[in-house]
Amino acid sequence: MSRESMEYDVVIVGGGPSGLSTAIKLKQLNSNLNVCILEKASEIGAHILSGNVFETRALDELFPNWKELNTPIKTKVSKEKFLFLGKTKSLSWPTWLLPSVQKNHKNYIISLANLCRWLAEQAENLGVEIFPGFPASEILYDEDGSVKGVATQDMGIDKYGNKKDSFEPGIELLGKVTVFAEGCRGHLGKELIKKFDLDKGKDPQQYGIGFKEIWEIDEKNHEEGLVMHTAGWPLDNNTYGGSFMYHAENKQIFLGYVIGLDYKNPYLSPFDEFQRFKTHPAIKKIIEGGKRISYGARALIEGGFQSLPKMYMPGALLIGCDAGTLNMPKIKGSHTAMKSGMIAAEVIDEHIKNQKDLSNYDQKLRQSWLYDELFRARNVKPSFSWGLIFGIIFTGIDQILFRGKLPFTLRHKHADHETLKSADKMPKIDYPKPDNIITFDKTSSVYLTGTNHEDNQPVHLKLKDPDLPINFTLDKFDEPAQRYCPAGVYEIQKENEINKFIINAQNCIHCKTCDIKEPSQNITWVTPEGGGGPKYGNM
Amino acid sequence: MKILVAIKRVIDYNVQIRVKEDGSGVVTDNVKMSTNPPDDNAIEEAVKIKESGKAKEVVAVSVGDEKVQETVRKALAVGADRGILVKTEGIIEPLAVSKILQKVVDKEKPDLVFMGKQAIDDDCNQTGQMLAALLNWPQATFASKIEVKDKILQVTREIDEGLETIEVNIPAIVTCDLRLNEPRYASLPNIMKAKKKPIEQINASDLGVDTRPRIEQIKVEEPPKRKAGIKVASVEELVQKLKNEAKVI
Repeated sequence: MSRESMEYDVVIVGGGPSGLSTAIKLKQLNSNLNVCILEKASEIGAHILSGNVFETRALDELFPNWKELNTPIKTKVSKEKFLFLGKTKSLSWPTWLLPSVQKNHKNYIISLANLCRWLAEQAENLGVEIFPGFPASEILYDEDGSVKGVATQDMGIDKYGNKKDSFEPGIELLGKVTVFAEGCRGHLGKELIKKFDLDKGKDPQQYGIGFKEIWEIDEKNHEEGLVMHTAGWPLDNNTYGGSFMYHAENKQIFLGYVIGLDYKNPYLSPFDEFQRFKTHPAIKKIIEGGKRISYGARALIEGGFQSLPKMYMPGALLIGCDAGTLNMPKIKGSHTAMKSGMIAAEVIDEHIKNQKDLSNYDQKLRQSWLYDELFRARNVKPSFSWGLIFGIIFTGIDQILFRGKLPFTLRHKHADHETLKSADKMPKIDYPKPDNIITFDKTSSVYLTGTNHEDNQPVHLKLKDPDLPINFTLDKFDEPAQRYCPAGVYEIQKENEINKFIINAQNCIHCKTCDIKEPSQNITWVTPEGGGGPKYGNM
Repeated sequence: MKILVAIKRVIDYNVQIRVKEDGSGVVTDNVKMSTNPPDDNAIEEAVKIKESGKAKEVVAVSVGDEKVQETVRKALAVGADRGILVKTEGIIEPLAVSKILQKVVDKEKPDLVFMGKQAIDDDCNQTGQMLAALLNWPQATFASKIEVKDKILQVTREIDEGLETIEVNIPAIVTCDLRLNEPRYASLPNIMKAKKKPIEQINASDLGVDTRPRIEQIKVEEPPKRKAGIKVASVEELVQKLKNEAKVI
């Protein structure tokens, strides 16, 4: 079937910090370039979820006068705390003993979604065309095998794959260069990594799942500018993770939890660990009397330097966390994502102007502070495979004494889908029931995300083998999808004594955890109809 | 024939509404806004009539602040020819909107005015009816089917007893039900084209309309939380609880 096509100089897939920074920088370098951004969410920011304590380094370079431009960057970090949690006790770690990468006194507490909305305004003012509600669903290749663009999803297909009256065919967007900036585990990025062997010689990528809730809390418990992190309870020594609590403006706190997806026990439920964490006396006393107003979850990159794939290929670049530029010990990926996009813009500008090869990206990356940051951060995450205590001791030596310059690199040995142990060898975990005051169930949480998908459309979570969940995964791992999914998409239901695997795709909040953690890699996340998914506000 | 379609920008129907702490209204900061859903049906129907050759022009009109332009632009992307934004500040009640629309009708002289049967934010269901009264035009409300027959409009309405079909003379006001049609998607090329279509901006104050609210809003609060149910062990216990606790028997 022939589709309409539109030509641009640069087509960018994804309107997050990296994609938007690419677009802005491109227009700053050459205002004549035609640049468009495709975004799967119904509006820019609606699929963005991040802590976020923001380092302004990349923004300082992109808009040196940003402080005069009415940005949504208002709350400067004024105080920091780091707590080790035991079951009921907590131990405060002196901040002067934190490695410098974990010090935040120059940073700001922001909503990344709102920053993206602001960046989108700047981009549009510069003449960038932004198309929210249009997911790129397919990569288009030239005859010589290079990437020539993407196609948007067909709209108006019913659940059996037939065209509805409202059918609107997708269109082809062709670019001299296509930039993939889909964020962590982008479904096109995944295809490119495989097709062009971009991860050759690299360690398997590592991921985490991050939860975030926004609470409006009692004035007396609120300390605008306070940044607090915790490690320890409720996770055991062998599970990588921790919490964040950022006191933002308007009596709001951003409360979240990150768990490494290399966890081993299939009975572990990241969602319930987060809910349980909130019942710790040190946390409960802050949120008690407050109200939860938002909820969301998203997978994030943890692999860093060792897992960073090659970011260029014929006709295209892979940037931000679509490649994996998050700095794990800093727990920050926004400034690095932005920088990776700004480098992309420079490379593309020279490519279009002087026919310079896109492989120039590699050299430019190596010369940048982004590379230096990721290099120095590289040994932190793998050291935690020895457990929390050894991880902290090693990180202290590596980050404080050697500033990340130890003469060796620790490796990531396994992909996250390989780490689960058989259910019969692991202990069941008994999670407390939600009290609906401090802790909640998945249903009421997903309700807060404003998630919706047109219900008469094909399921966008594809099973390679539809029988595998019941025939293998249920028996071997007690079907962990029931627990790792933060939105209750996957359920095992018994009908007439026969187990059935149910996919409630309309609940999907686009976190991509299933695509990452499914032990047989049996689930593939593809783009649903445009505009579907969560409608996050200031996440 | 010319069709004027009135549309309203409201909080997206998927968003969970949050009441402001001081009870002065609902939170609209950082909240996704969209076209009022039945207004989408109104636009779709007008565009369909135009595509059938029975209308020449579809004009989308909305009332509100600068941001409402986005909503008008969306109507242009699905087939409206041009837009009008009447700029106002603060709360605008249905009566004020009707009076503004009356002025727009005087100026534009459309043959038909379409709009959604009601807005999903205030659920008033008044604007169409009041506009009909102000213009002294016939009205067909809750339309689930519309047929244009020369100078007459045949409209099927959903009522409690079933379907009612009525005829009204043109010019007329029609308020649209969600079942009227399935609104189309805006395609990328049409979104591009819509960027070039004109949107005329008018200040409500220049129309000589008094838009001051007639109703004083005292307080907005959340509905009370439903208490969790309990299981009773026996019929006797149920009867006893119905008598002594619920006091319904």
